[in-house]
Amino acid sequence: MAFADSWIVVPVFAPLTAALLAFLVRRASFFISLAAACLSLLAVAVLVNRFLVNGPAAYAVGGWDPPLGICLRTDGPALIMLVLTAVAGVGISLYAKGYFTLRIERPSRVGRPERQERFFWPLWMLQLTGLNGLYLSGDIFNLYVTLEVIGVSAAALAALSGKSASLIAALRYLLVSLLGSMSYLLGVVFVYKTYGVLDLGLLQAAAAPAPGVIAAMALMSVGLLLKTAIFPMHFWLPPAHANALAPVSAILSGLVVKGSFFLLFRLWFDIFSPVLPAAAFNLMGSLGAGAIIWGGVQVLRQQRLKLLIAYSTVSQLGYLVIAFPLAFAGGSSQAWSAVLFMASGHACAKIAMFMSAGTIMLHAGHDRIRDLAGIRAYLPVTAFAYAAAGVNLIGLPPSGGFIAKWMLLITALAGHQWLWAVVLLAGSFLATAYVFRVVAQLFVIPPDKPVITRRRAGLLEWPALIMALLSLLLGLMAPYPLRLLEAGQIVRTAMTMGGGP
Amino acid sequence: MTTILYSVTGLLLFVFGLFALIVCPHPLRKILGGNVMSAGIFLFLVAASYRADTGEIDAVPQAMVLTGIVVSVCITAVALVLSTRLQQAADQGARRRRKRRREEDAGE
Repeated sequence: MAFADSWIVVPVFAPLTAALLAFLVRRASFFISLAAACLSLLAVAVLVNRFLVNGPAAYAVGGWDPPLGICLRTDGPALIMLVLTAVAGVGISLYAKGYFTLRIERPSRVGRPERQERFFWPLWMLQLTGLNGLYLSGDIFNLYVTLEVIGVSAAALAALSGKSASLIAALRYLLVSLLGSMSYLLGVVFVYKTYGVLDLGLLQAAAAPAPGVIAAMALMSVGLLLKTAIFPMHFWLPPAHANALAPVSAILSGLVVKGSFFLLFRLWFDIFSPVLPAAAFNLMGSLGAGAIIWGGVQVLRQQRLKLLIAYSTVSQLGYLVIAFPLAFAGGSSQAWSAVLFMASGHACAKIAMFMSAGTIMLHAGHDRIRDLAGIRAYLPVTAFAYAAAGVNLIGLPPSGGFIAKWMLLITALAGHQWLWAVVLLAGSFLATAYVFRVVAQLFVIPPDKPVITRRRAGLLEWPALIMALLSLLLGLMAPYPLRLLEAGQIVRTAMTMGGGP
Repeated sequence: MTTILYSVTGLLLFVFGLFALIVCPHPLRKILGGNVMSAGIFLFLVAASYRADTGEIDAVPQAMVLTGIVVSVCITAVALVLSTRLQQAADQGARRRRKRRREEDAGE
């Protein structure tokens, strides 16, 4: 029994071990990392299975009990994010292998791609450790530590390309994430001073109106919003994401911003929702509306493909925050499912898009949208992956984005919150415009273009296609994540009715 | 009374550091500002570990301070490496520009 319980540490310790080994054993770094990514996928599958049978689990690492020990726990939302991270982890690892192999075959500067690959694998595994740790932690101070692990490794990954623009962006990214986590940490101290506990479960029970709570929530929220790059605190995101290497952009845009958002949402809805005033939820909603509209307009003005995708992240993140006032009116469980669908759909789609953009950039040598006409002739799979991911961003059925937007729209209309509904629809309109602007370029072959045979780069093309198809077909798989969420709820009510575990 | 003094000092340090981090343009000053911010939080935490009613010391905030110091050292190290690299890249660019100008002058 005790052995079966310890599966929960695998998603944290497998990538951490791999990070150290990949640093030491340079030759096998790809295989070590891929093995760790597959092992965490297996562990997450075991955890999901155990969750469906036994309900939420908790595990004190090393037998040290909280508050001084570290406690890992699983629940429905955390498991969905873990599944997403594990699947994306395997996909990104395969793509990164293809990317670096091609770069090493045809280097622009001898020796540079090798050095980049050497540092990529340990940092990427460290990133995976931080993300899995964030989803599994059950204590707001340990969550701070995982935030820092994510922030440091993300900034180091963003600096990998070594160009001066990416160094500037990475330093700014690091400082912004430092500022965000300091603000969060001060909030944690306020919470501890007020309630005397750090554990999420104990906080949930203890949360009562108190003078320090609003200050604590304001500090933690600002810190996390800054890290998630929600409008108007998004200024650091486009340069950092657009100047990084392609696999790194996929990691940063798909997975990293979701981590801090997940924590923000959990704090607002699982713990402090009875304490917060309605005005705070509306304030978050207007930030989201601003992000959707401002980000959408900025996307349309971009001339470079990677910058366009980065700005579209700013816009799509708005949907996650606009869910706050709707969830406040419509009850928490509907909100969790809408937000999780949005987050996972966007993660898969954005990873696929950055992968395709990277492949296109490797083959064309640039990413000026104007000069990308007819790329479909060389890279049909990649062009299709880009278009399929675009379907999710627009929110057409049967994509995950469709399910999420549909749930949000239904809640907005049922609660007579017309303004939010209008913003949601306007955002889809803008997304349609910016997706088709690129897709039209990729698919229309100009008549004067010479016919060139298709180039082959399997590891570059197929992972992108699979991630895009996942985001596209997420709507068809909708019952499974919903079952995970409901299973958690049933167990929770049973626990409260039975007077504790 | 002293606890309040420490808490207020800690918060003031946090605000000073925040100001430096946002306003100062030089990377080194920004990094130092971040360090001052974290020192402020740690002072605040240490002050929070004293329980006025019983006179006991709470161990949890102290464990948090220790962890926080380690994290802060790591971030400072990464930030310093990044800013050094940035400076090197800028120097290299300037040198290359100067060389090109000299070659152009010689060509004329």
